[in-house]
Amino acid sequence: MRRYLGLRIAIVLAVILGSLIYLYPPPGIREYLYGPGGALARKGGLLPPTLNLGLDLQGGIHLVLGVDVDKALESQVERAAADIRGSLEKKGIGVTQAARQGTTEIVLQLASPQSWNDALIVLNEFPAYDRKSADQSAGRILLALREREAATQRDLAIRQGIETIRNRVDQFGVAEPTIQQQGENRILIQLPGVQDPERAKALIGKTALLEFKFVDEQADVEKAVREGPPEGRELLWQRVIDKQTRQEVRRVPFVVHRKTLLTGADLATARMSIDQTTSESYVSVTFNDVGARVFAELSEKNVGRHLAIILDGNVHSAPVIRERIPSGQAQITGGFTPEAATDLAIVFRAGALPAPVKILEERTVGPSLGADSIRQGMIAILASAAIVFLFMLVYYRLSGLIADVALLLNLLVLLGVMAGFHATLTLPGIAGIALTIGMAVDTNIIIFERIREELRTGKTVRASIDSGFSRAFRTVVDTHVTVLVSGFILYEFGTGPVKGFAVTLMIGIAASLFTAVFFTRFLFDLLYTGRRRVESLSI
Amino acid sequence: MWQLFKDSAYDFIGKRRWAYLVSVIFIAVGLVSVWREGGIRYGIDFSGGTLIQVRFEQAPPVERIRRALDQIRLGESVIQEFGDPREFILRLPLTEVPPEEVTRRVQEALAADPSLGKPEIRRVEFVGPQVGRALQLQALQAVFYGMIGILIYVVIRFDFKGGVASILAIVHDVLVCLGAMSLTGREMSLPVLAALLTIIGYSVNDTIVAYDRIRENRGKGFKKGLPFAEQINIAINQTLSRTVLTALTTFMATSVLLFFGGKVLEDLAFVLTVGVITGTYSTIYIAGALIVDWTAWAEARARRAKKAVAKAGSA
Repeated sequence: MRRYLGLRIAIVLAVILGSLIYLYPPPGIREYLYGPGGALARKGGLLPPTLNLGLDLQGGIHLVLGVDVDKALESQVERAAADIRGSLEKKGIGVTQAARQGTTEIVLQLASPQSWNDALIVLNEFPAYDRKSADQSAGRILLALREREAATQRDLAIRQGIETIRNRVDQFGVAEPTIQQQGENRILIQLPGVQDPERAKALIGKTALLEFKFVDEQADVEKAVREGPPEGRELLWQRVIDKQTRQEVRRVPFVVHRKTLLTGADLATARMSIDQTTSESYVSVTFNDVGARVFAELSEKNVGRHLAIILDGNVHSAPVIRERIPSGQAQITGGFTPEAATDLAIVFRAGALPAPVKILEERTVGPSLGADSIRQGMIAILASAAIVFLFMLVYYRLSGLIADVALLLNLLVLLGVMAGFHATLTLPGIAGIALTIGMAVDTNIIIFERIREELRTGKTVRASIDSGFSRAFRTVVDTHVTVLVSGFILYEFGTGPVKGFAVTLMIGIAASLFTAVFFTRFLFDLLYTGRRRVESLSI
Repeated sequence: MWQLFKDSAYDFIGKRRWAYLVSVIFIAVGLVSVWREGGIRYGIDFSGGTLIQVRFEQAPPVERIRRALDQIRLGESVIQEFGDPREFILRLPLTEVPPEEVTRRVQEALAADPSLGKPEIRRVEFVGPQVGRALQLQALQAVFYGMIGILIYVVIRFDFKGGVASILAIVHDVLVCLGAMSLTGREMSLPVLAALLTIIGYSVNDTIVAYDRIRENRGKGFKKGLPFAEQINIAINQTLSRTVLTALTTFMATSVLLFFGGKVLEDLAFVLTVGVITGTYSTIYIAGALIVDWTAWAEARARRAKKAVAKAGSA
């Protein structure tokens, strides 16, 4: 095995050089390896600048949101029910009931069974709905959204949700966010380096469904609170917030018409403004062309009525329409802080979420904790490396030094491979590195103990090295395989930071096959080749 | 030349009854502790809930924090100092209140008491009930498949008995770790699970080294006619210095992690450290001994069966 020395030198140099280039790429190569703007250099960090740091080290938010897709379907079905009623009535067909039932069904009750055939013709305009059951004599039809259509709508709700959240995050200004679908109806969001996590969370999680509806001034509000709203109306609340404490002081009930006049989808833009006289923040919204026309028309026809501005089911204000509003501009007030008004404007510009979301999992790490973790982690790595170094040197002397050099190479290759694969270093990953230091020398210990044994049987130094390496090799492979099995399973079943632990462990262990076997053997050969006769081995 | 064990000839197998006793006592003490606590203590990763790590400007009395938290009525919360008298971990159970509200209310409640100084929220972890349940299932699957994977490998490389004995040794190590965690009041979390799985892969390492040696000795026709128990004892002694040395370097790394790695990694490092110790112990005292006893039992049964057959034949 003393052959190919030149080739082996070349391989070792290539590995060292490759790792160094991935860790500290010279300008020009950096863009080539990590893409334009990729792997932004961190200044003054303890770790190589190209290493991807997990959120637990650089600080940031990790969120898993559950999307209530059924809610999206329900509002879709409700709209369809209203459309169906509208189409039927336009044809002069009386409808006593057209309402959603369950998630995907619509109950349709015709005023008289005589119009049955005309009604069926109208229903053909709604091919997404299947006639589930029909009772001609009673004039009653049960419609159901087709399963394929429902699946498409669910999928669309998720994708729109992701798109909307991405828009919001982009406008909020986060570098390198991760927003992706996870499983069937979950969205994974990772925002590195966010300074105000609470604000970011509120911004992301707000459904932000903006609706404009008429207040029913004739309705008996107290009765509606007691017994529920009359047909075609709904009961909503306004939360009155104290300006100083920002606590809710009371809730005011409103009875509004169910029909939505305009929504956030009709907006062209929104921005935060401050009232000059009261110095209160509000959101000023501008409708798009269609929205402005509708707004102008309805304001003209309904001067004197109250228009409720509703956000996520809460009435924010219900101003009186004093005159026709042709400008297509409206103000949304409600005791906002400047930040809240700014965020609301962002949310309006990015659009409403198609369905409400719920936080299922959150892991937020502040930047100061991340920095502490890096410092402590680095201390742990350096200290364990120092102790293991010293031990190998004292116990195995020159051979121990060889193992130490191999250990250094192992760390270099481990970090280089991580940078090369764009793997993420997490805090448990740092623990994995410290552990790798302890385990990587194990391979050398197994080999050295074997060489010592061979020496004791009276073999020459060269023969002992040869048989030590070859005999120990199988054992070394065995020990590697078992740890790799654990690491692989950990990677498969683990999440987030734990995956990072599995990654460093697996790369470190795999790298030690190269460094502790190939590289130490190479160093042994380099030291003990070409010399006359080797009398003793420092082991 | 320094040498830890030179031509060692300890009678590990002969003293295996004592080793079993020691293991049983250790595991029993641990399990009693687990039982007294009403089962394994799950952290929020598995049980669901909110964890908030907060740092104050000066070290506050715990009662003050408790009083502030009691006001917002978010259920039975646990307050723990975390590595520094100014730093605390607050654990809140799952409630109907959405998680973003929980953090905000805690922050406001703490800020409302001026004697607490300005609190800095350093970490928030919320795990909802669905996620917690899913993680529990994943954890069980991971441990299960981890053991199956190791079993398959050892059975392929050696034999069925060796595989089963390795798994028993692993179960032994995991039980000792769980007991040690319970005795030191630690919780089962995702990092702890990672440590346990690593131990599953690591502790079988030395066992494989010893098995490998048994096979090698046999292949060489090493001291033919030696009783099986004796062969295993020799193999364990021959590999003893390796077993101990490799464990020693890993122990160095994990104990450094335990003492200097910071509070967040403490539980993970603790389990790794205990696991390395018990893994080495089980390699030396348990894994080989189990094969010896199993073989002896199987032989005795075979003899009895033969005798029975002979008896039946003569009758």
